[in-house]
Amino acid sequence: MGAGHGHKLHYHGHSVVHRAPAHLKILTLLAFMLVVVATPRDWYAAYAVYLGVIAVVVAISTVPPTYILKRTVVEVPFLVFALLLPFVAEGPKTEVLGLTVSQHGLEAGVALVVKGTLGVLASLTLAATTEPQELLAGLERLRMPSQLVQIMSFMVRYLDVVTGEMQRMKVARESRGFTARNPRHWPILARSAGALFIRSYERGERVHLAMLSRGYTGRMPPK
Amino acid sequence: MSTPVLEVKGLAYAYPDGHQALFGVDLHVHQGERVALLGPNGAGKTTLVLHLNGIHTAGAGSVSVSGLPVEKANLQEIRRRVGVVFQDPDDQLFMGTVRADVAFGPANLGLKGDELDRRVMDALDKVGMTEFVDRPPHHLSFGQRRRVAVATVLAMEPEILVLDEPSSNLDPASRRELADILRSLDVTVLMVTHDLPYALELCPRSVVLSGGTVVADGSTYDVLTDDVLMKENRLELPFGFDPRTTLPPAR
Repeated sequence: MGAGHGHKLHYHGHSVVHRAPAHLKILTLLAFMLVVVATPRDWYAAYAVYLGVIAVVVAISTVPPTYILKRTVVEVPFLVFALLLPFVAEGPKTEVLGLTVSQHGLEAGVALVVKGTLGVLASLTLAATTEPQELLAGLERLRMPSQLVQIMSFMVRYLDVVTGEMQRMKVARESRGFTARNPRHWPILARSAGALFIRSYERGERVHLAMLSRGYTGRMPPK
Repeated sequence: MSTPVLEVKGLAYAYPDGHQALFGVDLHVHQGERVALLGPNGAGKTTLVLHLNGIHTAGAGSVSVSGLPVEKANLQEIRRRVGVVFQDPDDQLFMGTVRADVAFGPANLGLKGDELDRRVMDALDKVGMTEFVDRPPHHLSFGQRRRVAVATVLAMEPEILVLDEPSSNLDPASRRELADILRSLDVTVLMVTHDLPYALELCPRSVVLSGGTVVADGSTYDVLTDDVLMKENRLELPFGFDPRTTLPPAR
């Protein structure tokens, strides 16, 4: 099958943000997140400033804002949890749109949504402006244990291969008239997932053989 | 006669589950030869290949490469001498960039710095892929990935190049380009293949492995035109291809 072009999170460009060293970007992101998390929950003006900072960085990077906004859907499951908070938290009650909810829960929920969204936006900006390879090199420069970096680089390398395989299995299922419509179809999806796992596991063994064949002795060669 | 690059004597092997794949294989490959290893599915070709660089260890018999026996103590040197190119380039190319991947083998041999860079660029030059050196392998076409897979092994300067189904899944143009590359290399080649026209084109000599033993060893032309031998070993020429009417390949 044809090779995919570019990672789905990366937006090709040559801006200052794109060209900045990856380790600096990672540290900046980390620092930004720490500041956001440490901000008291009712300093709403501060949140506006953070959002402004992200907007400026995105503007400089020339990545279209919609490109980043579309990818914030990863946050949805997290939002569901935040929405539950006002209903399950204890303490004094207040009324919103005719519903009685916990005052603390509401504030905590709002803060969670705002902080989470800021974090997701900032991370997506990093992902959009940094190639995965550079990101890994950046982590390595920041002295992340090399085993972890290796595991992540294998993940980046094989992500497309495995999703391609998953896609072909889906096409093969649908070509034989299968679409998952109700829970009775779940066992079939589960078996597909199992097959995918086994295929990936076997690929891992073949990759290991190929590594051994080129003199791998259990440690990555020094750079 | 000089020491063969590859010498397999009475090699037998059974998998841990008891399934015996090889029953006494004898094979010699000399310096500069290009040999095709033919045989039906399940003949033991891949099992044999995995013995050549010591992934499997012989149950009985022996394998040696330029006189050096394939044993645990020599594995590192054996794997430098025998370069195996696996069938699926996605298995072979596991690093993030073409450069890192081609450098993996020689770096394991202890090469560093400029010398390592030179090896990488030389190997990529031999397969015509130098301009892709900083690309991630998964952004290359299948044919390009196969060529980089060959380069990853060439970078170790092997004495023998072992290719598992080099022409599989390639479009005709990529298949021809790979043939040109293989012909241009100054290295001994053992090529496992089902692609009989490819064997005729590239390899003057063919060995037929069937049921875990060598059943024929001779000129590729003689093997492909021996109808009885071909039929007995489930080997078939593709429709419309007849070695008798094909011009001999340029050597």
